[in-house]
Amino acid sequence: MTAAEIKSLISGKFAGIIREDGEDPNPFIVIDSGRWATLARWMKAEKKLLLDSLHCVTGYDPGAEQALEVRYNLFSMTHRHWLEIRIAVDREEPQVPSVEKIWRTADWQEREIYDMYGIRFIGHRDLRRILLEDDWEGWPLRKDYVTPRTYRGMTVPKDKR
Amino acid sequence: MKEANIPAPATTGGDNIFIGTLDKLISWARSTSPWYFQFGLACCAIEMMATAASRHDLERIGMMPRSSPRQADVMIVSGTVTLKMATRIERLYDQMAEPKYVISMGSCATSGGPYWQHGYHVLKGVDQIVPVDVYIPGCPPRPESLLEGLLKLQEKIRNEKPLSGKK
Repeated sequence: MTAAEIKSLISGKFAGIIREDGEDPNPFIVIDSGRWATLARWMKAEKKLLLDSLHCVTGYDPGAEQALEVRYNLFSMTHRHWLEIRIAVDREEPQVPSVEKIWRTADWQEREIYDMYGIRFIGHRDLRRILLEDDWEGWPLRKDYVTPRTYRGMTVPKDKR
Repeated sequence: MKEANIPAPATTGGDNIFIGTLDKLISWARSTSPWYFQFGLACCAIEMMATAASRHDLERIGMMPRSSPRQADVMIVSGTVTLKMATRIERLYDQMAEPKYVISMGSCATSGGPYWQHGYHVLKGVDQIVPVDVYIPGCPPRPESLLEGLLKLQEKIRNEKPLSGKK
Protein backbone atom coordinates (compact mmCIF):
# COMPACT_ATOMS: atom_id res chain seq x y z
CA MET A 1 0.00 0.00 0.00
CA THR A 2 1.10 3.55 -0.58
CA ALA A 3 1.55 5.95 2.31
CA ALA A 4 -1.64 7.84 1.43
CA GLU A 5 -3.67 4.60 1.38
CA ILE A 6 -2.30 3.54 4.75
CA LYS A 7 -3.11 6.90 6.29
CA SER A 8 -6.65 7.01 4.90
CA LEU A 9 -7.26 3.44 6.13
CA ILE A 10 -6.14 4.44 9.64
CA SER A 11 -8.13 7.68 9.78
CA GLY A 12 -11.16 5.81 8.41
CA LYS A 13 -11.03 3.38 11.33
CA PHE A 14 -9.88 5.84 14.02
CA ALA A 15 -11.40 9.22 13.23
CA GLY A 16 -9.20 12.18 14.02
CA ILE A 17 -6.29 10.13 15.39
CA ILE A 18 -3.73 11.54 12.95
CA ARG A 19 -2.58 14.94 14.16
CA GLU A 20 0.22 15.37 11.64
CA ASP A 21 1.77 13.35 8.85
CA GLY A 22 4.62 13.48 6.40
CA GLU A 23 7.60 11.62 4.98
CA ASP A 24 11.03 11.61 6.65
CA PRO A 25 11.97 9.66 4.43
CA ASN A 26 9.50 6.90 5.32
CA PRO A 27 5.86 7.86 5.90
CA PHE A 28 5.10 8.86 9.48
CA ILE A 29 2.05 9.90 11.48
CA VAL A 30 1.90 11.81 14.76
CA ILE A 31 -0.74 10.55 17.19
CA ASP A 32 -1.84 11.03 20.79
CA SER A 33 -0.88 8.39 23.32
CA GLY A 34 -4.52 7.79 24.32
CA ARG A 35 -5.60 5.30 21.64
CA TRP A 36 -2.11 3.97 20.87
CA ALA A 37 -2.57 0.46 22.34
CA THR A 38 -5.86 -0.08 20.45
CA LEU A 39 -4.38 1.24 17.22
CA ALA A 40 -1.29 -0.97 17.60
CA ARG A 41 -3.30 -4.14 18.11
CA TRP A 42 -5.48 -3.31 15.13
CA MET A 43 -2.57 -2.42 12.82
CA LYS A 44 -0.89 -5.74 13.48
CA ALA A 45 -4.04 -7.79 12.77
CA GLU A 46 -5.68 -5.79 9.93
CA LYS A 47 -5.32 -7.80 6.69
CA LYS A 48 -4.52 -4.79 4.53
CA LEU A 49 -1.81 -3.46 6.90
CA LEU A 50 -0.28 -6.48 8.68
CA LEU A 51 2.37 -4.36 10.38
CA ASP A 52 3.82 -7.39 12.11
CA SER A 53 7.43 -6.30 12.47
CA LEU A 54 8.52 -3.62 14.91
CA HIS A 55 11.99 -2.68 13.69
CA CYS A 56 12.88 -0.05 16.23
CA VAL A 57 11.58 1.97 19.16
CA THR A 58 13.31 5.28 19.76
CA GLY A 59 13.17 7.85 22.51
CA TYR A 60 13.87 11.43 21.53
CA ASP A 61 14.44 14.65 23.45
CA PRO A 62 14.33 17.80 21.27
CA GLY A 63 15.51 19.82 24.27
CA ALA A 64 14.56 23.22 25.69
CA GLU A 65 11.43 22.22 27.60
CA GLN A 66 9.75 20.71 24.54
CA ALA A 67 7.80 17.47 24.78
CA LEU A 68 9.67 14.18 24.66
CA GLU A 69 8.89 11.80 21.83
CA VAL A 70 8.66 8.07 21.24
CA ARG A 71 8.94 6.73 17.70
CA TYR A 72 8.02 3.29 16.43
CA ASN A 73 9.28 1.99 13.07
CA LEU A 74 6.86 -0.59 11.75
CA PHE A 75 7.21 -2.85 8.72
CA SER A 76 4.94 -5.38 7.08
CA MET A 77 6.64 -8.61 6.06
CA THR A 78 3.75 -9.46 3.73
CA HIS A 79 3.05 -6.13 2.07
CA ARG A 80 6.60 -4.70 2.30
CA HIS A 81 5.46 -1.28 3.47
CA TRP A 82 6.71 0.97 6.25
CA LEU A 83 5.02 3.22 8.76
CA GLU A 84 6.51 5.33 11.52
CA ILE A 85 4.41 6.28 14.54
CA ARG A 86 5.38 9.33 16.57
CA ILE A 87 3.90 10.03 19.98
CA ALA A 88 4.60 13.20 21.93
CA VAL A 89 5.12 12.63 25.65
CA ASP A 90 4.77 15.13 28.46
CA ARG A 91 8.14 15.98 30.05
CA GLU A 92 6.91 16.16 33.63
CA GLU A 93 4.58 13.15 33.52
CA PRO A 94 6.01 10.94 30.74
CA GLN A 95 3.64 8.04 30.10
CA VAL A 96 2.91 5.91 27.03
CA PRO A 97 0.89 2.68 26.77
CA SER A 98 3.22 -0.29 26.38
CA VAL A 99 3.14 -2.41 23.22
CA GLU A 100 5.40 -5.05 24.73
CA LYS A 101 2.61 -7.66 24.64
CA ILE A 102 1.83 -6.91 20.99
CA TRP A 103 5.37 -6.89 19.58
CA ARG A 104 7.63 -8.86 21.95
CA THR A 105 10.71 -7.02 20.66
CA ALA A 106 9.41 -3.89 22.36
CA ASP A 107 10.15 -5.40 25.77
CA TRP A 108 13.83 -4.50 26.06
CA GLN A 109 13.55 -1.45 23.78
CA GLU A 110 10.96 0.11 26.07
CA ARG A 111 13.11 -0.74 29.07
CA GLU A 112 16.05 1.05 27.47
CA ILE A 113 13.94 4.13 26.72
CA TYR A 114 12.75 4.08 30.31
CA ASP A 115 16.38 3.79 31.42
CA MET A 116 17.58 6.73 29.32
CA TYR A 117 14.56 9.10 29.25
CA GLY A 118 12.40 8.08 32.20
CA ILE A 119 9.37 7.52 29.99
CA ARG A 120 7.09 5.06 31.76
CA PHE A 121 5.39 2.45 29.57
CA ILE A 122 2.05 1.69 31.18
CA GLY A 123 1.24 -2.01 31.12
CA HIS A 124 4.84 -3.21 30.67
CA ARG A 125 5.25 -6.35 32.77
CA ASP A 126 8.87 -5.78 33.81
CA LEU A 127 9.73 -2.10 33.59
CA ARG A 128 13.17 -1.85 35.20
CA ARG A 129 16.38 -0.12 34.18
CA ILE A 130 18.21 -2.29 31.67
CA LEU A 131 21.72 -0.83 31.36
CA LEU A 132 22.33 1.35 34.38
CA GLU A 133 22.25 0.30 38.02
CA ASP A 134 18.90 0.26 39.81
CA ASP A 135 20.01 3.00 42.20
CA TRP A 136 21.06 5.40 39.40
CA GLU A 137 19.52 8.85 39.66
CA GLY A 138 18.27 10.79 36.64
CA TRP A 139 17.75 10.07 32.96
CA PRO A 140 21.07 10.41 31.10
CA LEU A 141 19.91 11.01 27.51
CA ARG A 142 17.67 13.94 28.45
CA LYS A 143 19.12 17.24 27.31
CA ASP A 144 18.81 18.74 30.82
CA TYR A 145 20.69 15.85 32.46
CA VAL A 146 23.51 16.88 34.77
CA THR A 147 26.38 14.39 35.21
CA PRO A 148 26.68 13.45 38.89
CA ARG A 149 29.87 14.43 40.75
CA THR A 150 30.11 11.06 42.46
CA TYR A 151 28.52 7.63 42.26
CA ARG A 152 28.86 5.33 45.28
CA GLY A 153 31.93 7.23 46.39
CA MET A 154 33.63 7.16 42.99
CA THR A 155 34.40 10.48 41.29
CA VAL A 156 32.77 10.70 37.87
CA PRO A 157 34.01 13.89 36.12
CA LYS A 158 37.39 13.93 34.41
CA ASP A 159 38.90 16.71 36.54
CA LYS A 160 38.55 14.55 39.70
CA ARG A 161 38.20 17.60 41.96
CA MET B 1 63.11 -11.57 27.27
CA LYS B 2 65.77 -11.34 29.96
CA GLU B 3 67.07 -14.35 31.85
CA ALA B 4 65.22 -14.93 35.10
CA ASN B 5 67.30 -13.73 38.01
CA ILE B 6 67.78 -17.19 39.51
CA PRO B 7 69.85 -17.14 42.69
CA ALA B 8 73.32 -18.35 41.84
CA PRO B 9 74.29 -21.54 43.65
CA ALA B 10 76.78 -20.78 46.41
CA THR B 11 77.74 -24.37 46.98
CA THR B 12 76.71 -27.53 45.25
CA GLY B 13 75.56 -30.48 47.24
CA GLY B 14 74.64 -32.92 44.55
CA ASP B 15 72.47 -32.51 41.48
CA ASN B 16 69.27 -31.11 42.98
CA ILE B 17 70.46 -28.66 45.60
CA PHE B 18 71.19 -24.98 45.26
CA ILE B 19 71.44 -22.34 47.90
CA GLY B 20 70.19 -18.78 47.81
CA THR B 21 68.15 -16.39 49.92
CA LEU B 22 64.56 -17.45 50.48
CA ASP B 23 63.42 -13.95 49.54
CA LYS B 24 64.89 -14.29 46.08
CA LEU B 25 63.67 -17.84 45.64
CA ILE B 26 60.07 -17.01 46.53
CA SER B 27 59.90 -13.90 44.38
CA TRP B 28 61.49 -15.77 41.49
CA ALA B 29 58.92 -18.57 41.81
CA ARG B 30 56.08 -16.06 41.99
CA SER B 31 57.34 -14.05 39.05
CA THR B 32 57.44 -17.01 36.70
CA SER B 33 53.88 -18.17 37.33
CA PRO B 34 51.55 -15.19 37.73
CA TRP B 35 48.18 -16.67 36.83
CA TYR B 36 45.81 -14.08 35.53
CA PHE B 37 42.13 -13.64 36.17
CA GLN B 38 40.13 -14.60 33.11
CA PHE B 39 37.63 -11.85 32.45
CA GLY B 40 37.33 -9.16 29.81
CA LEU B 41 35.55 -5.84 29.78
CA ALA B 42 35.67 -4.50 26.23
CA CYS B 43 37.64 -4.62 22.98
CA CYS B 44 40.96 -4.83 24.91
CA ALA B 45 39.78 -8.28 25.97
CA ILE B 46 40.00 -9.38 22.33
CA GLU B 47 43.68 -8.43 22.30
CA MET B 48 44.16 -10.19 25.63
CA MET B 49 42.62 -13.34 24.14
CA ALA B 50 44.87 -12.99 21.11
CA THR B 51 47.84 -12.72 23.45
CA ALA B 52 46.79 -15.90 25.21
CA ALA B 53 46.20 -17.78 21.96
CA SER B 54 48.76 -19.79 20.06
CA ARG B 55 50.57 -17.05 18.11
CA HIS B 56 51.72 -15.10 21.17
CA ASP B 57 51.15 -17.90 23.69
CA LEU B 58 51.09 -16.40 27.19
CA GLU B 59 51.77 -19.77 28.77
CA ARG B 60 55.36 -19.67 27.58
CA ILE B 61 55.99 -16.97 30.19
CA GLY B 62 54.11 -18.97 32.80
CA MET B 63 50.79 -17.18 32.62
CA MET B 64 47.58 -19.10 32.39
CA PRO B 65 43.99 -17.92 32.80
CA ARG B 66 42.07 -18.79 35.95
CA SER B 67 38.32 -18.40 36.09
CA SER B 68 38.14 -17.90 39.85
CA PRO B 69 39.47 -14.88 41.77
CA ARG B 70 40.63 -17.27 44.52
CA GLN B 71 43.18 -18.83 42.18
CA ALA B 72 44.29 -15.72 40.32
CA ASP B 73 47.34 -13.56 41.06
CA VAL B 74 46.99 -10.90 38.36
CA MET B 75 43.91 -8.96 37.38
CA ILE B 76 44.13 -7.61 33.84
CA VAL B 77 41.58 -4.80 33.64
CA SER B 78 41.05 -5.09 29.89
CA GLY B 79 38.69 -2.37 28.79
CA THR B 80 36.24 0.35 29.69
CA VAL B 81 35.35 0.38 33.38
CA THR B 82 31.75 1.53 33.63
CA LEU B 83 30.56 2.64 37.04
CA LYS B 84 28.29 -0.38 37.17
CA MET B 85 31.25 -2.69 36.45
CA ALA B 86 33.53 -0.79 38.85
CA THR B 87 31.58 -2.04 41.86
CA ARG B 88 32.04 -5.61 40.58
CA ILE B 89 35.74 -5.12 39.90
CA GLU B 90 36.22 -3.84 43.43
CA ARG B 91 34.52 -6.94 44.83
CA LEU B 92 36.48 -9.33 42.58
CA TYR B 93 39.72 -7.65 43.62
CA ASP B 94 38.78 -8.12 47.26
CA GLN B 95 38.12 -11.80 46.58
CA MET B 96 41.61 -12.39 45.17
CA ALA B 97 44.22 -13.84 47.54
CA GLU B 98 47.43 -11.99 48.42
CA PRO B 99 49.80 -11.33 46.77
CA LYS B 100 47.76 -9.76 44.00
CA TYR B 101 48.61 -7.45 41.15
CA VAL B 102 46.58 -5.28 38.79
CA ILE B 103 47.35 -4.36 35.20
CA SER B 104 45.47 -1.46 33.68
CA MET B 105 45.24 -2.37 30.00
CA GLY B 106 44.49 0.35 27.45
CA SER B 107 43.39 3.98 27.56
CA CYS B 108 39.91 3.30 28.97
CA ALA B 109 41.07 1.46 32.08
CA THR B 110 43.88 3.97 32.60
CA SER B 111 42.04 7.28 32.15
CA GLY B 112 38.60 6.74 30.68
CA GLY B 113 39.87 6.81 27.09
CA PRO B 114 37.38 8.22 24.58
CA TYR B 115 34.81 8.51 27.38
CA TRP B 116 37.10 10.91 29.22
CA GLN B 117 35.05 14.05 28.64
CA HIS B 118 31.40 13.07 28.17
CA GLY B 119 31.19 9.60 29.69
CA TYR B 120 28.69 10.04 32.51
CA HIS B 121 28.83 6.30 33.15
CA VAL B 122 32.58 5.60 32.91
CA LEU B 123 35.14 5.55 35.70
CA LYS B 124 38.05 7.82 34.72
CA GLY B 125 40.84 5.44 35.64
CA VAL B 126 40.60 2.11 37.41
CA ASP B 127 43.27 3.33 39.87
CA GLN B 128 40.44 5.11 41.69
CA ILE B 129 39.21 1.80 43.07
CA VAL B 130 42.13 -0.68 42.96
CA PRO B 131 45.94 -0.15 43.18
CA VAL B 132 47.48 -0.52 39.72
CA ASP B 133 50.97 -1.99 39.19
CA VAL B 134 51.46 -1.58 35.45
CA TYR B 135 49.71 0.75 33.00
CA ILE B 136 49.70 -0.30 29.34
CA PRO B 137 48.93 2.46 26.82
CA GLY B 138 47.10 1.79 23.55
CA CYS B 139 43.60 1.66 22.15
CA PRO B 140 43.63 -1.27 22.29
CA PRO B 141 47.27 -2.27 23.01
CA ARG B 142 48.65 -4.84 20.61
CA PRO B 143 49.56 -8.24 22.04
CA GLU B 144 53.22 -7.18 21.95
CA SER B 145 52.40 -4.25 24.24
CA LEU B 146 50.52 -6.46 26.65
CA LEU B 147 53.42 -8.93 26.68
CA GLU B 148 55.82 -6.09 27.43
CA GLY B 149 53.61 -4.95 30.29
CA LEU B 150 53.40 -8.46 31.69
CA LEU B 151 57.18 -8.84 31.52
CA LYS B 152 57.50 -5.52 33.38
CA LEU B 153 55.17 -6.91 36.03
CA GLN B 154 57.27 -10.07 36.29
CA GLU B 155 60.34 -7.90 36.71
CA LYS B 156 58.58 -6.00 39.50
CA ILE B 157 57.55 -9.21 41.26
CA ARG B 158 61.09 -10.59 40.93
CA ASN B 159 62.52 -7.56 42.74
CA GLU B 160 60.17 -7.88 45.68
CA LYS B 161 61.35 -9.19 49.04
CA PRO B 162 58.30 -11.02 50.40
CA LEU B 163 59.93 -12.17 53.66
CA SER B 164 61.66 -8.97 54.70
CA GLY B 165 58.55 -7.08 53.69
CA LYS B 166 60.25 -4.59 51.40
CA LYS B 167 58.83 -3.85 48.02
